[in-house]
Amino acid sequence: MSTETPLAPAPAAASSAGPVRTQRRLPKAAPAGLFAAGVLVGALLSTLTGFSIALTVIYGAVLGTLAVYLVSRSVEGRRKATDRLVTTVVTTAFLIAMVPLVSLVWTVLENGLPRLDSTFFNSSMLGVVGEGGGAYHAILGTVIITGLTTVISVPVGLLTAIYLVEYGTGRLKKAITFFVDVMTGIPSIVAGLFAYALFALFFGGGVRLGIMGAVALAVLMIPVVVRSAEEVLKLVPNELREAAYALGVPKWRTVLKIVIPTSIAGLGTGITLAVARVIGETAPLLVTVGILTGTNLNPFDGRMATLPVFAFYQLTQPGVPPEFGIQRAWTAALVLIILVMALNVVARLISRFFAPKTGR
Amino acid sequence: MAKRIDVSDLDIYYGNFLAVQGVNVSIEPRSITALIGPSGCGKSTFLRSLNRMHEVIPGARVEGKVVIDGQDLYGADVDPVDVRRQIGMVFQRPNPFPTMSIYDNVVAGVRLNGGKLRKSELDDLVEKSLRGANLWTEVKDRLNRPGSGLSGGQQQRLCIARAIAVEPEVLLMDEPCSALDPISTLAIEDLMTELKERFTIVIVTHNMQQAARVSTSTGFFNLSGVGQPGHLVEFNPTEKIFSNPEEKATEDYISGRFG
Repeated sequence: MSTETPLAPAPAAASSAGPVRTQRRLPKAAPAGLFAAGVLVGALLSTLTGFSIALTVIYGAVLGTLAVYLVSRSVEGRRKATDRLVTTVVTTAFLIAMVPLVSLVWTVLENGLPRLDSTFFNSSMLGVVGEGGGAYHAILGTVIITGLTTVISVPVGLLTAIYLVEYGTGRLKKAITFFVDVMTGIPSIVAGLFAYALFALFFGGGVRLGIMGAVALAVLMIPVVVRSAEEVLKLVPNELREAAYALGVPKWRTVLKIVIPTSIAGLGTGITLAVARVIGETAPLLVTVGILTGTNLNPFDGRMATLPVFAFYQLTQPGVPPEFGIQRAWTAALVLIILVMALNVVARLISRFFAPKTGR
Repeated sequence: MAKRIDVSDLDIYYGNFLAVQGVNVSIEPRSITALIGPSGCGKSTFLRSLNRMHEVIPGARVEGKVVIDGQDLYGADVDPVDVRRQIGMVFQRPNPFPTMSIYDNVVAGVRLNGGKLRKSELDDLVEKSLRGANLWTEVKDRLNRPGSGLSGGQQQRLCIARAIAVEPEVLLMDEPCSALDPISTLAIEDLMTELKERFTIVIVTHNMQQAARVSTSTGFFNLSGVGQPGHLVEFNPTEKIFSNPEEKATEDYISGRFG
């Protein structure tokens, strides 16, 4: 700046240094601080009428947002204040959405951890009344039944998706897409009753088999596999198919050697997430597989135990005294969450390791 | 091994829409034929009908005859897959298979067609094809790296190597240089001139200098109006087309007066 510039009082919102308008900004930590102050005031307000967490959250969210907006408006101007308002609202919504999740994980950990011991993993409930016992039989049952479900669902689901993307045309394709959509929304108990009714036709009423449970779960899993595989297969660029056709490669081999390898990461992820979706199903297993205190590893012979149903029965019929059964139910829930989490991690690993590499 | 292509009264449809009408042309073996014309006039559609790639699009069909050395490609007993093995194609945008290495990309055609070759034969094929596509010296030390890691011009030459590795009779190129810089374009043009010794080449291009530089014959496609089918206006030796065309429309297009 030269000395000849007249010393005019600069307006708060604009300075004359260049063509781009500059304005006063709040310090970086200010919005968070203001919001915290608002929440604090909200907490005080709620103590007036007897402290409660729900009221604190509601008062705090409103007051905190208001504080950020008003201060920003008076310091930074209207446009920036609107920006801060929206940022605050979005962040608050995210935090509120996280509350049940964190609370759930916390509760399950707190109640489930005490019994997460070796006894839980290597003993069944055979002859156990009261303390001790475990879910050895239920964990293996869940693994076997979910494995069978996967064996049934993956070929059917994958081939359906390939049909829809690569071969299907016209009415049949539309009809299949429609019914897959409908099946995605089937209540799980309906799938259970369907499998029960189907097997009752052959084996008479009151029959309980592991394979029945697998069929019921497959009804739930197939549409999920079809949907995810279809989306992934659609992502394969048409140019690759044309490149293969132009080399004189038949269609089936193009699908097998070009389309599927290109999308294998997405397919693996989709299947793993579909498994995670059905592994915690309770209702269909309740009517098809039932529960057993001992170990049965043969899905073609009688009742089996599964983790979700195990948790259900330990909670509803905990025995006398009840606290040991309830504790086992929590631990079973924790093991189930760990299983689902492990499957999600596997899905991530699959998509990382099988994705096409660019490798410059 | 290059073949002569005779096209007579070819009408090409997308569903009920007639895209190209009444093409009669005869393409000489061991020559480069360029197809020029404004966008949407059916050059690429015509090109794709020469190796039955057109019918890959749902609803697309063709009426008329495409005869290669006396055999009608659209005969009832002809398998389109066999046609495409004889007539290779290079696309506008380079499309190497992303899951495969450079090596696997080159041998993809042979492998996917069920050919069982020994490792040494495959190695020879890869070297021969990559040399043929003028890419060997650039990639010989990284044959096992993914093909998608190459630059655009290298990828396009990789696609040419992949196309010539299956030893087709005819090579169709659909604007192979439109996404490339002048240096890569020059490399591919030099390559075409070399490949002319062995293959019959048909190339679609928007670059008239390119057509003038590389081709022996040139066909000019045009539309009579929006929604009207495209048709072949003139087909003559390149020198004639660019110096003394028979049709007024061709002269207007080449001199830049319309289109």
